Amino acid sequence: MVTSAVSDQAADARDVEAGSLASWVARFGGKTLVYALLILWTFIALFPIYWTLSTSLKLGRDVTQGHLIPWVDFAPAWKGWQSLGLSPDTVFATSNVREEFLKKFVNSVICSVGASAFAIVIGSLAAYGLSRFDYKFGPWRNKDISFFFISQLILPPVVLALPFLVLYRELALLDTRIGLILVYTLMVLPIVIWVMRDQFDTIPQEMEQAALVDGCSIWGAFVRIVLPMALPGIVAAFILSLVLCWNEYFFASLLTGSDAQTIPVMVASQTGSQGINWWTIAALATAAITPLLLIGIFLERYIVMGLTVGAGK
Amino acid sequence: MSSGRIEAAHEEVVPGQASAGNWIFRLGSAFFVVVAALQLCGALGLISISFGNWRPTLFAFLLWGVALGVSQVLKYGDFGKQTLFVLPALLFTGAMVIFPTIFGFYIAFTDWNLNAQSGHHFNGLDNLRTLWADSYFWNALRNMVFYVATVLVQYAIAFGLALLLNTDIRARKFFRVAFLLPFMLSPVAVSWMIGKSLMENRFGPLANFARWLGWENPAFFTDPWIARTTIIAMDAWVWIPFMVILLLAGLQALPLDVKEAAKVDGASQWQTFWEITFPLMLPVSVTAIILRTIFELKLADIVINVTAGGPGGATDTISSFVYREYRDRSNVGYATMIAEVYLVLIIIFITLLLKVATRYVQKMT
Repeated sequence: MVTSAVSDQAADARDVEAGSLASWVARFGGKTLVYALLILWTFIALFPIYWTLSTSLKLGRDVTQGHLIPWVDFAPAWKGWQSLGLSPDTVFATSNVREEFLKKFVNSVICSVGASAFAIVIGSLAAYGLSRFDYKFGPWRNKDISFFFISQLILPPVVLALPFLVLYRELALLDTRIGLILVYTLMVLPIVIWVMRDQFDTIPQEMEQAALVDGCSIWGAFVRIVLPMALPGIVAAFILSLVLCWNEYFFASLLTGSDAQTIPVMVASQTGSQGINWWTIAALATAAITPLLLIGIFLERYIVMGLTVGAGK
Repeated sequence: MSSGRIEAAHEEVVPGQASAGNWIFRLGSAFFVVVAALQLCGALGLISISFGNWRPTLFAFLLWGVALGVSQVLKYGDFGKQTLFVLPALLFTGAMVIFPTIFGFYIAFTDWNLNAQSGHHFNGLDNLRTLWADSYFWNALRNMVFYVATVLVQYAIAFGLALLLNTDIRARKFFRVAFLLPFMLSPVAVSWMIGKSLMENRFGPLANFARWLGWENPAFFTDPWIARTTIIAMDAWVWIPFMVILLLAGLQALPLDVKEAAKVDGASQWQTFWEITFPLMLPVSVTAIILRTIFELKLADIVINVTAGGPGGATDTISSFVYREYRDRSNVGYATMIAEVYLVLIIIFITLLLKVATRYVQKMT
């Protein structure tokens, strides 16, 4: 086996070469390189956010001249927030724009919280059932039911959007928050079931069995013993759903007109029109992303948990 | 999946209860059928009474669901109570997915313009023929192939970042939060923040930076390839954190002793990575890539808001194409046909991908 020996040697030589290079990097530049790369990516991740926040405090000329640092090369102004009615001097005055914005904000809150809560309720129940009992619906066993739920993930919104448009028109659900809540629940349900099933699988069954022996009903054991133990998973699934619903645009733009419009639709309609001031859009964009930035900063743990609990195995 | 299932103490089901359960279910079904039939007749103009819209039918369906649940408990006792756990989610998903999808197939074979007074009529395979000849559809499909292919690049970047975060560093919490933040932003906001303002070619900082690098007239959305790459770069910016989180969790779950053993053997970092870390990470990697591919196939918001598919359809995805087809022409029939064909293609693609991935992972481990 001459050829393989030769290629082995070549491979060894490459490994040694690569190895020595890697160890050189590790010895001399390793730490510095790691930090440099980390800081580079942090910059890439944060600069657009910083740009949006700072632009909301700029005047037109600061934008066009490419000024970046407040108090150093431009003087912060409340112009953008004034036009939204959210600056310190206008926040107590009446403002139609603010009314409009708040209406959409409330819609966004109701739709995302409502859908997440609804999905958590029916999703947790289903996940618990699938984790604990043996089902047999015709040829369907637990595995098939789980697959049915989770396979909904691959369904692109575009497939359902137009049938929903037609159906909602017949059901008088177009441009209603309840209609949007139903669609969003559908959208996050597979994720909730995935996360919650894994969460319930990690909870030992002995405690429920003890409760059942003590005369607790199945439902009593679920509510009083299992739910409190699954609370971290519930919070994680809820926050993950909240983020997905809050950011949803495709369904919201097709299924709502004016009454149930959400923040992303408002942002999209503002940025689409010409002649709107930069500072206004920047302020609007800032207001739209701030709640999520706060969630990301303070509840990072739960988002990571929600994402990894389901997919981690 | 847990191994031992919970065995509930089985109550005796009284015969009277069982027949009551049957009756409740039959009544609920009959009521639902009657309401739906009345509405259908009203809608078709066969009878003059009508509820105005289909909402009563929806309520009748809810009532039917309740009747089904009650009858299950009455008929099967504890087994029925166990069924109640999955029943709401099953009924909900069934009503919200199965029904609209089937209804969608019906719409797909009609000529249906929502704005036209003439209503809709069946037009057989016309939509399918139009689709076959529609160069915009094939163009969007080719773009999707490109977008999905870039998932591998995104995966490589995400893996690199996860490795960085997994090294022994200070302020790890800060870096983790900073890396996560783009994932929290709505694609619509990102469209403006990056696509329309950072890349604005007169004074956007990114355009200025490109000019400084020597690109004389930085226009990100006029050349097809540059436009496509820019769109996917924005999308990757949002979604890379997602893959980083999955991969980082995978890295942290790796058994330490294997790595220690490799270190004792004198393996270089490079060798340790390719011979130990990477193979051990394969299952997580495959999950991350498949999930990301699934989400990539839904790409729409950024394209709709930044380029609206332009220049000349160069950045179009199927979703954004369908969106415009509906928005600009109210052509529900044809747009739905595109979406349904796309669904079939996706299902085939994902199934194949899962098969290949499973086999690959089995071969490697």
